[in-house]
Amino acid sequence: MSQKIHPYIPNMVPEIQEEMLNEIGVQSVMELYNCIPKELQFQGNMDLPKPLTEYELRRYIEAILQKNINTKEYVSFLGAGCWQHFIPAVCDEINQRSEFLTAYAGEPYEDHGRFQALFEYQSLLAELVDMDVVNVPTFDWGQAAATSIRMAARITKRKKVLLAKTVAPERTKIITNYGSPDLEFEFIDFQLESGLMNLEDLIVKLSEDVAALYFENPSYLGFIESQGETIAKLLKEKGVLMIVGVDPISLGILAPPSHYGADIVCGDLQPLGMHMNFSGGQAGFITTRDEVEFVQEYPSRLFGIIPTIQKGEYGFGDVAYDRTSFALREKGKESVGTQTALWGITAGVYLALMGPDGMSDVGQAIRQNSQYAVKQLANIKGIKGSRFRSPFFKEFIVDFNETDMTVKDINQKLLQYKIFGGKDLSIEFPELGQCALYCVTEIHTKEDIDRLIDSLTEIIQK
Amino acid sequence: MEIKKRNFKHNVDFHQAKWNEPIIFELHQKGEKGVEVPPVDEEITQLVGDGISDLPLEMKRKSKAALPEIGQARVLRHYLRLSQETLGSDFNVEIGQGTCTMKYIPKINEFLVRDPKLTELHPLQDESTVQGILEIFYKLDLCMREISGMDCFTFQPSGGTQALYTMASIVRKYHEVRGEGDQRDEIITTIFSHPSQAATAAVKGYKIITLHPDEDGFPDIEKLKAVVSERTAGFVVANPEDTGIFNGKINEFTKVVHDVGGLCYYDQANANGLLGITRAKEAGFDMCFFNLHKTFAAPHMCGGPATGALGVIEDLKEFLPTAIVDYKDDKYYLNDELPHSIGKIRAFHGVAQTVLRAYAWIRALGADGLKEVAKTAVLNNNYMYSKVRKIKGASAPYIKGSRLEQVRYSWEGLTKDTGVTTEDIQRRMTDFGLHYWTSHHPYIVKQPFTLEPTESYSKQDLDEYISALEQISKEAYENPMIVKEAPQQSTIHQLDEQDFLDHPEKWCITWRAYQKKVIHKQKSMSK
Repeated sequence: MSQKIHPYIPNMVPEIQEEMLNEIGVQSVMELYNCIPKELQFQGNMDLPKPLTEYELRRYIEAILQKNINTKEYVSFLGAGCWQHFIPAVCDEINQRSEFLTAYAGEPYEDHGRFQALFEYQSLLAELVDMDVVNVPTFDWGQAAATSIRMAARITKRKKVLLAKTVAPERTKIITNYGSPDLEFEFIDFQLESGLMNLEDLIVKLSEDVAALYFENPSYLGFIESQGETIAKLLKEKGVLMIVGVDPISLGILAPPSHYGADIVCGDLQPLGMHMNFSGGQAGFITTRDEVEFVQEYPSRLFGIIPTIQKGEYGFGDVAYDRTSFALREKGKESVGTQTALWGITAGVYLALMGPDGMSDVGQAIRQNSQYAVKQLANIKGIKGSRFRSPFFKEFIVDFNETDMTVKDINQKLLQYKIFGGKDLSIEFPELGQCALYCVTEIHTKEDIDRLIDSLTEIIQK
Repeated sequence: MEIKKRNFKHNVDFHQAKWNEPIIFELHQKGEKGVEVPPVDEEITQLVGDGISDLPLEMKRKSKAALPEIGQARVLRHYLRLSQETLGSDFNVEIGQGTCTMKYIPKINEFLVRDPKLTELHPLQDESTVQGILEIFYKLDLCMREISGMDCFTFQPSGGTQALYTMASIVRKYHEVRGEGDQRDEIITTIFSHPSQAATAAVKGYKIITLHPDEDGFPDIEKLKAVVSERTAGFVVANPEDTGIFNGKINEFTKVVHDVGGLCYYDQANANGLLGITRAKEAGFDMCFFNLHKTFAAPHMCGGPATGALGVIEDLKEFLPTAIVDYKDDKYYLNDELPHSIGKIRAFHGVAQTVLRAYAWIRALGADGLKEVAKTAVLNNNYMYSKVRKIKGASAPYIKGSRLEQVRYSWEGLTKDTGVTTEDIQRRMTDFGLHYWTSHHPYIVKQPFTLEPTESYSKQDLDEYISALEQISKEAYENPMIVKEAPQQSTIHQLDEQDFLDHPEKWCITWRAYQKKVIHKQKSMSK
């Protein structure tokens, strides 16, 4: 019986194997494993399902995926760190190109395009945040914030870190794990009516031991923190660095944190051209001023533009490579490895397509649609459209405390209307009672929002 | 069927695409537009206004971001040209990126991950609406358990570095829970391990102890015995290491560490030669991770997103980052009841597309297929090992027996004879349309290069790669300037590095920095 040759493994062809074994000077492939003692060799057979041909595989996987209900089938108002936005087709076209999809660690000479695309991503994002240095992306926003904080601790040589209590709890978990055991964390209260940072609490906790304050703007809870300048002034007096996490899609209309005193700005690229992918679209960015004490503290790769020996030709390479763990192992700055470079290229494509007007338009559309949703929600008896009185961007808290229903129940009922309701906040923010975080973006139509309003009205009035 | 073949050795006529493509900002044409934003319903505008006027003054952006304005076709063309100036592994015989397992990326998998039933899922949807993707997470976990012998996997870490960091975090939490957090402050690793092993443990606050190899290239067990103590928190190692040498005494190493109370974690980023042959469990490890973008055929994507699939023994399950995917009463669900969880490592659940790709790859191969992958990768590697050592100036330091999936070679002889270095060869390989990587730092092996052929390449592919190396060796001995002055056939010429990349006054990490530092300076000098 002839041996089956798998399409992915050309050298399973017996004649070829024979030739190769002859070259090596052994009788069988298993002889090459003689370096593994018997007691370490796996004696059993892996209990795995039988192999599938490409046709079978496609039917099988597609059948499993059919069990999902996606946000095209139901209207979704979920955000909380992963958001549904419009994705221009060119973004998908570029990030599925085989060249980019399958490239990895090539050199400036064979991967010139990859280097340039990532340098351009850095440059485009730099304009959006109005800062001069941007890294090749890290894993996600949580990692970007965690690294920004460690960078600040190294720059100031201090160990204490203040976090706004309104930072996304999931990111707080990433940050505190990444900071332990070296750093010490303390939390700053917020005002229950507005969500804004409690400046009195900040003043009490600020000291010359503090390396940095980290807060998010727009915050995880959607409101816009408008006290940035005051906060920056307070921090500066104590030599504390200000790190602000930002949703980049807000920056077409909102002032970038660098304008109100941020030293380090970080956030997630997912809104800029990445599908949600059940959270597979996240990618973190870090940006700073072009000052040596900041640049030298990045663990990430930083691609720089340089001349080649040919006049007028640009090339690209790693800036200050010797700071990285690639060069110095444990003595490098934190650690660098495979992160989310393709999403950086995709975010660059998105920004290039959108241009200044597109970014401004999308910010405006998000504001208008979300304001409309809040206005309509406020008309439903028992619901408070936006729990906080501060202005918000994209996300807002819907207060269900007066409905005598839990968010969980309401969300379950909304499923019957083919709607994914907002994220239940009752566990993360028990002080808010039965509240949910809703997200409305440029992709929501008036009909989508009206459907939510009508459905909620029916659910609550029943 | 007999087909007469041309006498093709390596691609001497290759020329990388060269478009002289401007920096994207240079394409700016005021008024052009790449895409239109979805419009806002007029009734909404009437009801809420412009959405901007009522923003607090201090929070309004004063002027629009200085992004370029470019029509859609030009943006597309620009990025397609940059893609052509990138040599992905779909295009070249990517043997030269040792330690990274560059293998064939099945196109069916790429087709599947673009299904809107995956791409348009939100991670916080009700569990009843994401049963399909949870099933794939869970079933991949079951496969991974078989492959490794571990008891539970998480797919949250989105890369090998993050998986190593997660394992270091689990080591710390484990000892803290046992009241030994302060006492155990050392992690032991080896010099031929990936730099991230040492670096991630250091981020977790550990002192790093690095073992060097004995004369055969094995991590030195006597040195290990000398450094373990009640301060040992953990031991992290790859096997085989970057040299491709399998340490047959690995279970003795793990025993030495366990005997003093430390945990052992296994870097299986490159497990390609081991599938179905030997497992983490039998070697005595408490945890291991696999890079799904290496052994399990997910693409590397210019450096991510990726997945470091992390498996633990039953006793360590409660330390994993939340949530893990479980199955009960005919339903898949997100289990966050892990009493000693280290918390979160990454947002939500990880890179679902890569989880799907790995699962699809395993399903395409089955148990026997996975073993064939390993065997063929080892066959291919040893074939190259035999051939490369015959090239003038090349050698493979350490033990002479078989190597598993890769080998770290040396051009030390060639450099001594000709002055041509491994970096010169790297540039010259570009001229043949082939990628070649030197090696991780530090260069313990002099003038190193690390080749890993994997199972994906045919004998003809291997011969092509070897032939290019032979050609360069010949050039180095006969006319070294060809190699020294390479590349000749690339998109660009040699970088004029000098101190541009390392000097704060000269480095330009963004186009705006370049405008300020270089263009502005040139203009003011010419005035």
